[in-house]
Amino acid sequence: MSMTLTLAVLLPFLGAAGVAWGSRLGRPTAILLALLVVLMPAILILSLLDPLVAGETHLEHFAWLPAAGLNIAFRLDGLGLLFAGLILGIGALVILYARYYLAAEDNLGRLYAYLLLFMGAMLGVVLSENLIQMLMFWELTSLSSFLLIGYWRQREDARTGARMALAVTGAGGLALLGGILLLGRMTGSYDLSIVLASGDLIRAHPLYVPTLLLILLGIFTKSAQFPFHFWLPHAMAAPTPVSSYLHSATMVKAGVFLLARLFPALAGTWEWNHLVAGFGMLTLITGAVIALFQHDLKGLLAYSTISHLGLITVLFGIGTPLAAVAGIFHIINHATFKAGLFMAAGIIDHETGTRDMRRINGLWRAMPYTGTLAMVAASAMAGVPLFNGFLSKEMFFGEAVGVANAMALGWLLPVAATLAGAFAVAYSLRFVHDVFFNGEPVDLPRHPHEPPRWMRVPVEILVVICLLVGMLPALTVEPILHLAVSAVLQGPPPVHDLAIWHGFSPAVLMSILAMSGGVIIYSVRKPIYGWWDTQGGRVDFRRAYERLLQGLLTLAGRVTLWLDQGSMPRLLRLFVAVALILGLAGWWGSGSPLTGPLTLLPLDAVSLSTGLALVLAAIATLVWHRQRFTALILVGAVGLMVALVFAKFSAPDLALTQLSVEVVTVILLLLALFFLPQTTPEDPPSPRRWGDAVLAVLAGLGMSILTWAILTRPYESIAGFFLERSVPGGGGRNVVNVILVDFRGFDTLGEITVLALAGLAIFALLDKLRLSGQRVAGPATAWHWDRHPLIVASLVRLLLPLALLVAVFILMRGHNLPGGGFIAGLITAIALIMLYLANGVAWTHARLPDKTHPVIGAGLLLATLTGLASLLFGHPFLTSTFGHVHWPLVGEFEVASAMLFDLGVWLVVVGSTLLILIHLGLMSDASRDGLAPGTPVRGSGAGRSAGDSPPGPGC
Amino acid sequence: MTVLSDMPSSTLVIAPLLVPLLAGILLLLFRARELGGRRAFSQVAVVVQIGLALGLLAATQRGDILTYSLGDWPAPYGIVLVADRLAAWLLLITSLVAGFALWQACQGLDRAGRHFHVLFQLQLFGLNGAFLTGDLFNLFVFFEVLLIASYGLALHGGGQARTRAGLHYMVVNLAGSALFLIAAGLIYGLFGTLNLAHLAQLLTTVPVDNLGPARAALLLLLGVFALKAALLPLYLWLPATYASAIAPVAALFAIMTKVGAYAILRVSTLLLGPPAGELAGLYEGWLLPLALATLVVGMLGALAARSLGRQAAYLVIASVGTLMIAFGLGGREALATGLYYLPHSTLSAAAFFLLAGVITAGRGPVGDHFRPGPDVPHAPLVGALFFLCAILLAGLPPLSGFLGKFLLLRAALDHPGWPWILAMILMASLLGLIALARSGSLLFFRSAAVAGERRPAQTGERRALLPAAALLLLTLGLTLWAGEWLEWTTAIADELLQPRNYIQAVLGGTP
Repeated sequence: MSMTLTLAVLLPFLGAAGVAWGSRLGRPTAILLALLVVLMPAILILSLLDPLVAGETHLEHFAWLPAAGLNIAFRLDGLGLLFAGLILGIGALVILYARYYLAAEDNLGRLYAYLLLFMGAMLGVVLSENLIQMLMFWELTSLSSFLLIGYWRQREDARTGARMALAVTGAGGLALLGGILLLGRMTGSYDLSIVLASGDLIRAHPLYVPTLLLILLGIFTKSAQFPFHFWLPHAMAAPTPVSSYLHSATMVKAGVFLLARLFPALAGTWEWNHLVAGFGMLTLITGAVIALFQHDLKGLLAYSTISHLGLITVLFGIGTPLAAVAGIFHIINHATFKAGLFMAAGIIDHETGTRDMRRINGLWRAMPYTGTLAMVAASAMAGVPLFNGFLSKEMFFGEAVGVANAMALGWLLPVAATLAGAFAVAYSLRFVHDVFFNGEPVDLPRHPHEPPRWMRVPVEILVVICLLVGMLPALTVEPILHLAVSAVLQGPPPVHDLAIWHGFSPAVLMSILAMSGGVIIYSVRKPIYGWWDTQGGRVDFRRAYERLLQGLLTLAGRVTLWLDQGSMPRLLRLFVAVALILGLAGWWGSGSPLTGPLTLLPLDAVSLSTGLALVLAAIATLVWHRQRFTALILVGAVGLMVALVFAKFSAPDLALTQLSVEVVTVILLLLALFFLPQTTPEDPPSPRRWGDAVLAVLAGLGMSILTWAILTRPYESIAGFFLERSVPGGGGRNVVNVILVDFRGFDTLGEITVLALAGLAIFALLDKLRLSGQRVAGPATAWHWDRHPLIVASLVRLLLPLALLVAVFILMRGHNLPGGGFIAGLITAIALIMLYLANGVAWTHARLPDKTHPVIGAGLLLATLTGLASLLFGHPFLTSTFGHVHWPLVGEFEVASAMLFDLGVWLVVVGSTLLILIHLGLMSDASRDGLAPGTPVRGSGAGRSAGDSPPGPGC
Repeated sequence: MTVLSDMPSSTLVIAPLLVPLLAGILLLLFRARELGGRRAFSQVAVVVQIGLALGLLAATQRGDILTYSLGDWPAPYGIVLVADRLAAWLLLITSLVAGFALWQACQGLDRAGRHFHVLFQLQLFGLNGAFLTGDLFNLFVFFEVLLIASYGLALHGGGQARTRAGLHYMVVNLAGSALFLIAAGLIYGLFGTLNLAHLAQLLTTVPVDNLGPARAALLLLLGVFALKAALLPLYLWLPATYASAIAPVAALFAIMTKVGAYAILRVSTLLLGPPAGELAGLYEGWLLPLALATLVVGMLGALAARSLGRQAAYLVIASVGTLMIAFGLGGREALATGLYYLPHSTLSAAAFFLLAGVITAGRGPVGDHFRPGPDVPHAPLVGALFFLCAILLAGLPPLSGFLGKFLLLRAALDHPGWPWILAMILMASLLGLIALARSGSLLFFRSAAVAGERRPAQTGERRALLPAAALLLLTLGLTLWAGEWLEWTTAIADELLQPRNYIQAVLGGTP
């Protein structure tokens, strides 16, 4: 498989990197490297010329994403060859030219790298066989154009222009992607060979019109067609070589290239004719008229470019084979004369330091040679006979006349064409007359003289082409035109005659009208300028675009801010509302009864009173939630009620756990409360609060209803297995504990990890936090004058061993009776918390190891290692084993590996709880007042010295 | 890798959990050791996890579904881990992101707070567990693990903004956990099992009387997952949290939203596939519109953002939207696309966060705010990397972001509402393009415009850029071998659409 074309396209990309690197060796090296990078693809493409001339289309194909029909595929046919020639030829000239154009302090390597990047992308566009791949290169041209327009990054207009071009062409690119996807859907392939052969299918398809619209959006934005033309003048902020290359000769031609490329697939319908020709005509007129009024040299050329692009678009819109010939021909002509004109404008800018035509006058004396070159190119632009622009313009006029009879409102086209022709003559006249004649220069920043020899060479070459093509078209341009047109039409080109004189015809008349009209317009320019400056300039699409963009930004800002107000209540409100909606939507229309078939148990007094107490405690919490201390106690009460409920329904393990968790939680919350305001500030009643209330009640109701629905339905679960297997399989009679440490020991491992993490996270958080009780809570921080009452302190010291004994007992018996590591851990923690509370951190630390991290780590490690041990015996992780040992005095005692696991749980619970507690306590400076000043607090790592601040909560 | 091949395949399933867990525990126990050693240990642990993920990928490639019964209790009674193609794929992505994030963290940011490496490893424990478990309650446990670990990591470095954002993150996610428990409780109450495969069996025969509570419970579960995935309107916890976290943490968090997305995908394919009868496709009607809205809102947020961190966070939200569009569309092509897009979006968002960290550090007092400021050190290089990131995230050619978008649009054409989907995706792309063009030109074009401040504010070493650059290089692999990767993700999609294999692998002969 040949990969010549693939290489030709990839080389500039690689070359871009090479040149960027090589440019540090100096400008001569940079230019040599860059020219080399242009030369290589050219040679590669020329090597494929012979089969092409014989009428074969060269194809290359590599699988990339075959499942989606996206492959690396290139094709070389006449159209591709023509464009590749333009891209490489003008590219080489621009590289040469840029060397002299760019100031010494500008980074030439960067410009070359971007230019080569663009060159590769543009070659990719014109040589792609796969349309998605073509689109990828298409977008790359937009991106490289963004970089090139923004080349002078310190300039505001460069940044704006770059972004505008990217936004407009990027939007078009996205539309084009949509269009190509639809094309692929219709034809089953993105390959041009197939798409081009499926014209009839496409045109008859119901999706034809949306497809056409999307593709045209891409084309019109890229080729700066009305009403998307406004980005092109702003792209003129780029260095002139870039304007000459991208924004006149090549990139903006990508749109019309695609018109030509897809001509066999899309053209020939009413929609095509009217949309393409219609918008082309609007562009043609708009560009030509506005061009005349530009005082900026490059602005004039930019609008002229827009107008000429419109002309080419009209030609393809007309849709006859001859019009296609004219369109292709004009692409060539426009590329040559406009690139030359831009370069000339660059020379003038370079020499005079300004582009304002009201100041640059009478340059003829200083720069006669450049003036001659510019005049030749300008004549081609105006469509003067003997220059290349004349030929394609004559063909255009001829086609326009043809349309006049063929289409409704067709007469508009010749009129518009003539008018635009007249304006083209006028602005070309202005370009020449204003710059080179028309009095003396006005206050030029620099003294102009002829540019360096090699800066003129590129212009000379282009001008010679203009002349040669203009005078000897059949000899010069006919072969390539023939090839290109055959590719566009996918068939032999129509009979056409590239002669300067075809005899007298309506087209000649139009030419004469345009010429004389142009001269007349230019001669009355003064009043028209005045009118434009006050009236006409108002129609500014750029402003519309900016308003649109600004509107978009405002909208984005509003939407984002409206949704994301950084408010937690709002977040929770939304979450609850979503849950409510989801729950409701789930039930809605399901036809399920609310109550299941189970018969309800009789209501007994205990359940009723516990339930009522629970409800009352919850309501009381709500009522007194502003008094945080009270609310906390009430929350504790709710928790205790829940523990009672568990006890009532024969879940002693749960009751124990709930009880101890509740105690630890309340103590920790009390500690935290010390650092917070003691009351919640009162909000004024507002509709939102009522809304919250309604939402809360509804969510509560929903929850109750769901619970009701589940509890009244029969319950069949895997729980029977646990009951059955607990003793024989797990070695424990307490099924809850066996579930925790054995059946679902892995969950427990996860949960103790969570607990350990919570401890560590809180530790890390507090470690960084710098707040002291009195600053946050105000002056009344000492909750009690006596922080360590003697009686409590003594009592707790006495109780400690007892409490620890209970904890060990609970731990040991857990496997068979209510208890276990989790509960034992909490009990131990409570005992130690009491010790801290009653005696203070300093006293306790003097007597107990205060390092909690190792305890947590050891607990986790123990639990994990217990699980790992089973791996050694070839059983899965956490497989348990158990046996019976006979202890003297105690008697038969069962030992299960799961108990080791439980020991790990115990350690983690104790360690984490204490870690949180100690560090919350240490938050207040006062709690460390027992420590010697400057003593680092062990375990916290923060060596804060104890201040002489008032006492905090005893801890 | 030879060690891996010797290992019994079942051990390969539990190893990705044991490695980070043990690493975390040991790092905790040896927390006083010299930092260099701990860093090396942590990094080795992540590299081992990458190796394990690759091993699992190889083991599941041919369609084998590996299971692991913890405690040797048979499913559905005990907890079972299941490694199928999807799980292996997500493990690999997770461990890769973790590797690069850790690399950058080890350049010094890990010193900004306590226990970074412990939290980091346990976060990975949580993530790997969530992807591997085949049990609904165990999934809840791992959600908790990764929630608390991520809370610790989000706060790493301290400061008011982090603490505040962290609080919101924590509170709303705890509410999410509560809802998860409620949903799991309802499901257990109805079906009496928590094993996903077992549930899948039971869901095929839901009597009409239980349909209402079953649907309500499953939809509540969707609410939980949507919160984790940051789907509209439950994404609000994300921007502040991600924007204020240190760069390596934010980069690791790029995978976090994918946990929610994964859970949605798992439940909707395993439990709510066609065999589920009345319940089949329960999530589909919700996902697509929400995902589209998420995409648009994410891109609008990226456009409105005034700092790089926030923009990156909103781009993560947008990528969640895109991903969920794929999952919401369902079907083989769309799922394969989503699973191709998933690593792309995760890796490129992570790279963006890492890069944003370097840029923020390099701009000195201006930080990551979109204000003209001094040049970043090595501006051309950073600019080029930013440009690459922007191309990836805006879905521009020729990188994987574009390919993902292209594939998604292709898949969307099969949906009856395609014009809307197409229009919204394309519009959102445009918003992203404008947003990134604005931020890029502000950060890199305009910086030089500040007169007298051409000199970088900070001196930075070029190696600070290495993690981000290497990660970007890795994403190029997704572009270059797009065809191969798509084939692989199509294989994952095929497996997901045949849940019978999963059920059989887990439950074996049991009815």
